[in-house]
Amino acid sequence: MATATPPSVPIHATPPPRVVGVSWRRVDRVGVALCWAAGLLLCAIAAAIVIFMLIQGLKYLKPSLLTSHPVSDTDQSKTGGFLDPLIGTLLLTVLGTLIALPLGVVTAAWLTEYGRPAWFARAVESGIEIVAGTPSIVLAIFGLLIFQQHVFSFLSFTAQGNAVFGRSFLTAGSMMALIALPLIFGSTREALNAIPAHVREASYALGKTKIATIRRVLLPSARTGIGTGTALGMGRIAGDTAIVVILLGATLQLDPEGSIPALRTLTGTGGTLTSYVYNNSPAGEGNAPQKAYAAAFVLLLMVLALNFAIDAVARGRRTRWSR
Amino acid sequence: MESLIPPPIRRIVVEDPPTVVSGAPVHKPGNGSPAAFATIAHRQRPARLVAPAERMTLERLSVTYGQKKAVDSVSLPVRQGEVLALIGPSGCGKTTLLRTLNRLTDFTATARRDGRVLLDGADVDLLDVTELRRRVSMVFQQPNPFPMSIFDNVAYALREQAQRRPRRAVLEPAVVDALQRAGLHDEVAEDLDHAALRLSGGQQQRLCIARALAAQPEVLLLDEPCSALDPRSTEIIEELIVELRKEVAVVIVTHNLQQAYRVADQVAFMYLGELVEYGPVDQVFGSPRAQRTRDYVGGAFG
Repeated sequence: MATATPPSVPIHATPPPRVVGVSWRRVDRVGVALCWAAGLLLCAIAAAIVIFMLIQGLKYLKPSLLTSHPVSDTDQSKTGGFLDPLIGTLLLTVLGTLIALPLGVVTAAWLTEYGRPAWFARAVESGIEIVAGTPSIVLAIFGLLIFQQHVFSFLSFTAQGNAVFGRSFLTAGSMMALIALPLIFGSTREALNAIPAHVREASYALGKTKIATIRRVLLPSARTGIGTGTALGMGRIAGDTAIVVILLGATLQLDPEGSIPALRTLTGTGGTLTSYVYNNSPAGEGNAPQKAYAAAFVLLLMVLALNFAIDAVARGRRTRWSR
Repeated sequence: MESLIPPPIRRIVVEDPPTVVSGAPVHKPGNGSPAAFATIAHRQRPARLVAPAERMTLERLSVTYGQKKAVDSVSLPVRQGEVLALIGPSGCGKTTLLRTLNRLTDFTATARRDGRVLLDGADVDLLDVTELRRRVSMVFQQPNPFPMSIFDNVAYALREQAQRRPRRAVLEPAVVDALQRAGLHDEVAEDLDHAALRLSGGQQQRLCIARALAAQPEVLLLDEPCSALDPRSTEIIEELIVELRKEVAVVIVTHNLQQAYRVADQVAFMYLGELVEYGPVDQVFGSPRAQRTRDYVGGAFG
């Protein structure tokens, strides 16, 4: 076994000294500087929001606010807390997600794994794009129109004179689902498309059907994407105001309707943190601006926590195959 | 501005300077004589232990993608007890031919097939496709364990379509057996519940082989199973292939001529969709009849 002769060019040779400044054109320097400036500006804005809300929120936020019901009063000290809007936000978010999650995942799985006939796949795709592009206020008005039909009277309550009210957690949740749907659909589809073809074929090659492959291999592989989309969708639902104002009534307290215990709240009206902030801020009735700040801070914390959850999910356990 | 540009990454030599291995690479021209091959490649396969039995038969098989003819009227036997290697340059139809054997080409919308493929005398078109694929299993170029535990990966083929039944206790012996046949059991016996994707590349590929063996197939198709692996893992899998030919008919597609020489009993050389030469490995590498085969195994092209 002959040992190789030492290479004629030493591998650890000192690199030639870098000539700085000559190869950089002025346009490139300006471009890089602008990129830096844009990045710094964005960080500054984010920091400003968080710090400002932190100061305002911590100044006014008391634990009792989270546990006491809101009361309507012109005197701020007697307006109580925001327990009801907090419950409203959680309830509406869960409701919307429960509807949107299966719908979004199934649609994405159908489109990536079947997608035939092609014209129908295209139609589904543009349908979801239209839903994604529709402003939530338009969705809300549309929802009110639909849910005031007598067919949907079971979702809200029927007032005297046989008019369907159309506003309830169920109707608002249905429309909120449309806000989360495109996000869940999009990230699920992206995750499914990222799975290399040979992984599907490996499952088919073991005698598995398409549907078994989707259930046992593809959806488990896409769960990071599904989780990311769901969390994004939840953040959007928690932050939306238009649908709450129009379809949930934006009342101060939860206002159950009907007689069935668990269903009463769902068919009743209520409010969320967003509508609470709006109603109590100087822009709304302006009775309790301090509590509006405290509620806004809580809402910000919830959405930020969701975002960090997304990051944690996306970073943890990335299982990838080579293509 | 200086700090914005990272310094160029240099290769850091951590080991001793490489020693020259006495065997020259095969792709040098004029290396195709049997003597050259015998000195380079260490033969894995011992003499045949069982008499070969024909499991699959290809009769004038043609596959076209739109206008392009990928496989042109190929007739071949696939026998249990021996390893059949498909060799040839890229795009010559080896992989297409392999994928036709378990009807994976059905998924390619443009693919059209003529001729017959028989499994134990029965036309594969007449078999239920899921049944066919349980009997003709496949391992791919890239290791692709499913995102579940090692146990569930192997049990996957044994379970109902999308069910968790039969339960673990029922499947345990079959799973352990498959892992043993794939030579992986000793390494993972304690970690059957660990995620399969945490195994090393070579272990993942052996897991894929175990997965393919679990349903007791009659034919095992291997599509360049070692091309993503390191030499040590490759060696383990080659030994495994030679071992497996006793129980299943093995068809392997490979770009690596030395690998074909090491593991195969029969070699089929394909070029532009046609089967140019088929015969025992010593004949195809040692005294090829066709000029194109001689050029290819000699390294003149490919």
